[in-house]
Amino acid sequence: MTGVTWRPVASPEQLWQRARVLRQVRAFFWQRGVLEVETPHWLPCVAPELHQEPVACHTGHLHTSPETCMKRMVAAGSGPIYQICRVFRADEQGTLHAPEFTMLEWYRPGWSYRALMEEVETLLWTVLALLPESRWAQGGRARQWSYAAAFREFAGLDPFDASLEQLRDACRERAVSGDLCGESADLTAAAWDRQTALDLLLVQRVEPALRAWGGAAFLVDFPPAAAAMARLAPGPPPVAERFELYLAGVELANGYQELTDPVEQRRRLESANRQRCRMGKRPLPMDERFLQALEHGLPESAGVALGLDRLIMLALGARRIQDVMAFPFEHL
Amino acid sequence: MLTHNQLRQGSRVEIDGLPWIIVAADFVKPGKGQAFTKIKIKNLIDGRVIERTFKSSETVAKADVIDSEMDYLYSDGEFWHFMDPGSCEQVALTSVQVGDALHWLKEQNSYQVTLWKGKAIAVGAPQFVILTITQCEPGVKGDTVSGATKPAILETGAQVKVPLFVNEGERIRVDTRTGEYVERAK
Repeated sequence: MTGVTWRPVASPEQLWQRARVLRQVRAFFWQRGVLEVETPHWLPCVAPELHQEPVACHTGHLHTSPETCMKRMVAAGSGPIYQICRVFRADEQGTLHAPEFTMLEWYRPGWSYRALMEEVETLLWTVLALLPESRWAQGGRARQWSYAAAFREFAGLDPFDASLEQLRDACRERAVSGDLCGESADLTAAAWDRQTALDLLLVQRVEPALRAWGGAAFLVDFPPAAAAMARLAPGPPPVAERFELYLAGVELANGYQELTDPVEQRRRLESANRQRCRMGKRPLPMDERFLQALEHGLPESAGVALGLDRLIMLALGARRIQDVMAFPFEHL
Repeated sequence: MLTHNQLRQGSRVEIDGLPWIIVAADFVKPGKGQAFTKIKIKNLIDGRVIERTFKSSETVAKADVIDSEMDYLYSDGEFWHFMDPGSCEQVALTSVQVGDALHWLKEQNSYQVTLWKGKAIAVGAPQFVILTITQCEPGVKGDTVSGATKPAILETGAQVKVPLFVNEGERIRVDTRTGEYVERAK
């Protein structure tokens, strides 16, 4: 790779700004009585997810998020907790992705995900106010779209009602009329399933619209197929009580009304494993201690994970998360 | 076959039965969602640029292309002829296929000819070429610092900007990527 030397990538100035952000985050939670915790990076069992590949390490894996251990703490009565830690995801490399990055994750027992969204936004503006040169230093107010409303507005279709054929056509139409010169017919789209098409439309249509708008935005209430560990609201239509925070079209945080039902949780983990097998990926062992914690009783809780590198990148006006890391993967 | 994380800038791929070079690649993935690789590709035959998106489980075929060092022989006005100095086999390309290298073609010099399935489809000039100035204003002695330039025409017909002190008949080194004067050649 060109331009790779032994030197750290982020400048001393950027590293100071990074440290200021971390200090502010810790002060924020200290003031609110949220306990800072540490959980192991290495786990014998990581929760299987369809689109996340953990890094194998010895007889287990490095965690992709501290979720299961933190929920075991909450179930044991820890009260509100947060953690800042490195997490690992194999094969994720791009301008907004790194195989190792810094996550801020926190849990609020007794809270609704709507209340947690308020706190996430307060934290966002608190951090951005630290950096007067940032274009968001003056604060603001996050706009809110339901997943369905954002698709209707920016992709011109209803993600719950549209037929699979309509979703695939929308993927193709974008490729044909693309914002670049030349023609293209995205033939592969014909073989994609519903959620794959929605994921593509999210990155091709919704995220660029949010980027153009430039401010903070929440997407809320996702399709059940994209629920991960979020609770389902019966509807109609049934939706996952899940939110994503965007700033200038960059996804910063993902939060849930946490699934507390141990039976439903086991069913989802097993279903993720079955789908992984169909995709030719290895199934992952069940984390029985995590499930035991849910059987004991996880209080109704809201939880969220926020990518700190992306937040720091945006606050400092950098273009790639690698630019605000001392040693990004490509420079090792 | 190339997997999604092998789709990098500069890789040459075969899509829809045609050879392309990747000019930009980015990994995109919505939270908890499917990962995609978006690539911007340039057709190696006609130069058009399109965008394609692949999901992470899909693979893309490598293009069957090789680069071969060949000597430029001559042009008959319709085709530009090159020869493999090893086998003495000749290939002919159109002006579209020769592309930007057209400005830098000098007989007997060596160029990189791209072959797709054995057929010549493109020509690349070396990054630096040394060419003689055939036409420019007389030089101004001593002016080596002002940074002022004047137009000069090279033996290949290419026009470049050169410093004032450079003279007609002199050989200069040119950067073919930018079309800029680098220095006087010995």
